[in-house]
Amino acid sequence: MRPRVAYDGVVLCAPVTVPYERFSCETAHRWTARALRGLSDATGLKADDFDGFCFASFTAAPDTAVGMVQHLGLSPRWLDHIPTGGASGIMALRRAARAVQSGDADIVACVAADTNHIDSFRHTLAGFSRFSQDAVYPYGFGGPNATFALITDAYMREFGVAREDFGKLCVAQRDNARSNPLALQRSELTLDAYMHARPIADPVHLYDCVMPCAGAEAFIVTTPEIAAKRGLPAASIRATIERHNAFPDEPVQLRGGWAMDIEEMWTMAGIGPNDIDTLQVYDDYPVIVAMQIEDLGFCAKGHVADYIRATSFGIDGDLPLNTNGGQLSAGQAGAAGGFQNVTEGLRQILGQPLGAAVPDARIAAVSGFGLVNYDRGVCTGAAVLEACA
Amino acid sequence: MTMRTPFDKRDPLARRKHRHVPPGARSSALHAMSARAATGRFVLQSCTDCGAATYPPRDACPRCWGSLVWKDQTRGAALLSETVIRTTTDLYFRNHLPWRMGKLALDAGPVAVAHLHADLLIGDRAEMHLVIDKGGNAALFALPAGRNADMQDRQWREFVVPVKDRTVLVSDARSAIGRAIVGALHAAGARLVVAGMAPPARAADLADELLAQDGVQAVPLDLTDPVSIAEGLSKVGGPLDIVINSARFVRSGGVSHGGNLTDQRRAFELSAMGLSRLAQACAPILAARASGAFVDILSANALAPDADFAAYSAVEAARHSLVQSFRHEMRNAGVRVLSILTGPTEDEDHQSIPPPKVTPTRIAKCVLAALEGGLEQSCVGDVATDALTRWMADPALYTREKNL
Repeated sequence: MRPRVAYDGVVLCAPVTVPYERFSCETAHRWTARALRGLSDATGLKADDFDGFCFASFTAAPDTAVGMVQHLGLSPRWLDHIPTGGASGIMALRRAARAVQSGDADIVACVAADTNHIDSFRHTLAGFSRFSQDAVYPYGFGGPNATFALITDAYMREFGVAREDFGKLCVAQRDNARSNPLALQRSELTLDAYMHARPIADPVHLYDCVMPCAGAEAFIVTTPEIAAKRGLPAASIRATIERHNAFPDEPVQLRGGWAMDIEEMWTMAGIGPNDIDTLQVYDDYPVIVAMQIEDLGFCAKGHVADYIRATSFGIDGDLPLNTNGGQLSAGQAGAAGGFQNVTEGLRQILGQPLGAAVPDARIAAVSGFGLVNYDRGVCTGAAVLEACA
Repeated sequence: MTMRTPFDKRDPLARRKHRHVPPGARSSALHAMSARAATGRFVLQSCTDCGAATYPPRDACPRCWGSLVWKDQTRGAALLSETVIRTTTDLYFRNHLPWRMGKLALDAGPVAVAHLHADLLIGDRAEMHLVIDKGGNAALFALPAGRNADMQDRQWREFVVPVKDRTVLVSDARSAIGRAIVGALHAAGARLVVAGMAPPARAADLADELLAQDGVQAVPLDLTDPVSIAEGLSKVGGPLDIVINSARFVRSGGVSHGGNLTDQRRAFELSAMGLSRLAQACAPILAARASGAFVDILSANALAPDADFAAYSAVEAARHSLVQSFRHEMRNAGVRVLSILTGPTEDEDHQSIPPPKVTPTRIAKCVLAALEGGLEQSCVGDVATDALTRWMADPALYTREKNL
């Protein structure tokens, strides 16, 4: 493989979170507009200034990014629609970064927005993918809970991970959420409450599951010069990776696509996991958090139980993890759940946290995981972001 | 007439329980799998180029992009992981929680999610079955290796039609086939077997030992008369779970010569119109039952005619068509409609035909096996099996060759 071109001349700025709502009677279009308004309020940029638009959503049907630009009055010269859910934030920043770097666009608005009507989760689920419809849903219709229960069950057996270990991650994220005024779940979660929560799909219990909600997340990818001219704090991209349908012959997903590419990411970044100030990973279920801790290189494969037991994950802990509470506490706003990791990582290193700040944070690792097409998440990606001096 | 076990009195004002069916949307490739599962085969797609088996159903080989064909596969598997689903938004599964499913490594190659037998544990060897769910679609079920289907397993029972303790109607219990079925159902532990007796009543009926048994109830039933059907069903003690249509009218004869138009009309009235009358009368009763089923026994001549039995073949073809429409109608009610294809039988109807012929006892066994295996379509005997195989391979050729 050829060495990749560094992400020179590109920065990320203006992380925006539109406050989530458990249910919303509004449309994805409205939530997208709120995200664009948020970007505009934060930067002073107007519709005509955005010459690139990158969009992710599950609930905008029948529209895609195409319908959205006409609906919301954008005239970009670069357009992308990203259907990868939990990996969409990483993929948006990768695509937008190369567009800006090559001059195809100067200012790209990356937006993920989803509404959550009563019953819209059931509808999204029912039409999610052909393999799910043919070969998963007819088997009890447990939705993602059942699919991740099968992964969690195999993972716990294979690597000797206990429910208490997942509980520690969930409790730590809830503690982090308590300083985030936008998190939907901010009441205290004890390990005892976690352990005694009602079972959903064994071994997945209530606090292993995210709460679907409505919301939007957005950020801007542009040049350092444009960011400086507008007085916007910005972060550069040290490295990224992306992989789809990794290890297709492994019978159960015990590792994700990160494991194929992680060495290259740290080589490109020129640093290692120990140099990271905060880690924002996709957290639809704690097993996926544990899997990323391993596959991103924070501990050796199969040793995550020991690592979790020896590490603190609070905002002021050894490894500040999902510092806004993650989706497990802040809520999962559809595809915006795949942007949360990027916006929160960006906020922490730019010194603009929603709640408590990670002390002296300059470098964030962010990681995404998306789209359970059949029995596993198909899309993975990760990036290392560093605040500009 | 006495029943084996007393039936609980129902509250006549109680709200009837809705019978939902599992989610029904499927790809065309999965429907092709269901068409094969309907006969009890365990098939997966294999690549015509590289030979690799694949699952879930695809439209091209994921290894070499070659074409896929359905092939019978080895049934072995090992259970890798499991879960018990305790919440769902689906109305059918909500009524059946908790539901246990798991992931298996199939000996054939792919991994698959399947319904699990209660005794199958992690690491155990399993035997895969392709069953038809209540919505009419193929589903994988993993039984412990070396174990037969277990009618006590709560989840397995959702895919089959239990006979024990059920009330069953046999539409024509005068024929040799009907008599054999009544006997077999009774021996299999049916709560009540209702034996349909076409009028006129005969003195010999009173002395018939088959009908005099506990758990067997003879009722007058004439499928050519809707009033007789309504009256017959009203006499059944307790709600009817299963209807087995064994009625038919077999006469030889051609079309332009050797045919008797009175016989032809009688055959249509009894076999085709009779099926419709019976289906109309019993559909709402079956739809209210947890495991309702309708079984039709029909001739393999339904697939392609025997010119010496032209009218009989035409009637059986009409009946085959009606049964398929009826199956479609009953899908949303979760009622199974099963077809049993048979060749010439060892009875007075087929005295002019040389062997091989199927005995009524064998047909009765096949009816029980189809119910307890949940098979949508079964063949009994070599003639019917041969007919279906040749018809599936090349219907135009089979129709030409059959009468050469």
